Amino acid sequence: MTELQSIASPAQPEAPPEVSSTRMIMTMAGIGIISGILLVFTYMGTLPTIEKNKAEALERAIFDVVPGATSKLTFTPEDGRLRLVDPSEKPTENYYAAYDDEGKLVGIAVEAAGQGFADIIKVLYGYDPVCQCIIGFKVLATKETPGLGDKIETDPAFVANFEALDVSLSADGSTLANPVVFAKPGQKTNPWEVEGITGATITSKAIQNLINVSAMHAMAILQNNIQVLRDGNTSSQHTNQD
Amino acid sequence: MATPAASIQTKIKSESAENFIKGLWRENPVFVALLGMCPVLAVTNSAINALAIGAASTFVMVLSSTIVSLAQKLIPKQVRIASYILIIATFVTVTEYVLQALSYEVHKALGAFIALIVVNCMILGRAEAFASRNNLRQSVMDAFGMGVGFTIACLSLGTVREILGNGTLFGFQVFGPEFEPWIVMILPPGAFFVLGMWLLLFNWVKHRKEAAE
Repeated sequence: MTELQSIASPAQPEAPPEVSSTRMIMTMAGIGIISGILLVFTYMGTLPTIEKNKAEALERAIFDVVPGATSKLTFTPEDGRLRLVDPSEKPTENYYAAYDDEGKLVGIAVEAAGQGFADIIKVLYGYDPVCQCIIGFKVLATKETPGLGDKIETDPAFVANFEALDVSLSADGSTLANPVVFAKPGQKTNPWEVEGITGATITSKAIQNLINVSAMHAMAILQNNIQVLRDGNTSSQHTNQD
Repeated sequence: MATPAASIQTKIKSESAENFIKGLWRENPVFVALLGMCPVLAVTNSAINALAIGAASTFVMVLSSTIVSLAQKLIPKQVRIASYILIIATFVTVTEYVLQALSYEVHKALGAFIALIVVNCMILGRAEAFASRNNLRQSVMDAFGMGVGFTIACLSLGTVREILGNGTLFGFQVFGPEFEPWIVMILPPGAFFVLGMWLLLFNWVKHRKEAAE
């Protein structure tokens, strides 16, 4: 370094003063340590608020996709059965059972994710176990092109696909009676079809596909455990009282 | 980029105002210096995105210029670039956490672009060319002026692209439902078209002004 300087300095109009390597290392290390401390404090300071914001956003989304719901319980599957999730654990697969004021099950919110045009798209959809259909849909995370792919959120005609999308189970209860399939814009004829968006074919097909994959898996679990979900609210109240 | 010494002396009284105003027009980081093209082209597909990236960049630039100006005597010239990058990267990460805590919705819309501020050479450029050799007050005025100039430039692109490409402005319908959006405008080529048009207009105005003088 010093050798390089001695060659370079005469050419420069304003020669930098000689600085020892120790001083340079000290400066870099000092800035690094201060930056590190600042980052740790910012992270710890903002973490509770960020977690709270995320939980609130999820709760709002759940009550959005299951209209009429005022409270929720989180369930996770274990060997094909659903059980209540303890607040301390964070399982990867969650089903949010949503109840009305009287504690009656109005629907279940299911998280689903799949590859979109730009990145993974995460959505939440509401399932009504009585009509066996999807009754609400909300995008949780997307990086799709603004003005094109983000129409899955803003286009009312596309969102209307998920007001009563048929996902009823087949006779043996193992899979869907009719898989959720894609329809070209303006050509939807069956209640299990998702009508695409002009100019956002890849993104709307991605949504149809991720809903289909998720529903094939989730509907059987939900219908097989429907009694657990219906009882969920009352039994948990009992345990709380005990 | 360097202001002639004579003009500084004549305008020494209004130096702060001058340092602020030069970023808006005469030394505008986008239209004149063509710095920070990555966020300017990538993020300006809607007016609200343009405004947010401009505000976040301004915030980071003012904070890093403050620190660089205060620490100019402490940082040896040989390691200055590495030090500045470290300082800028720290403030970008802080901005990201704070934004996430302040508004989940805004962060959801902008999360991917915040990290891009680190590679904005405009911020490093101001730290190196101005904040490292001027006092705190002038450095902050300079960074703030450049930030506002950058935001104006981003908004110029963002509004045109959103109006033509989506038929809306800040999410509100501008044209009737019969309007067929020019989808290319919100895609990458549209960014180059609109930037080119603005540069054409900017230089035309500048040349006319110079010819008049």
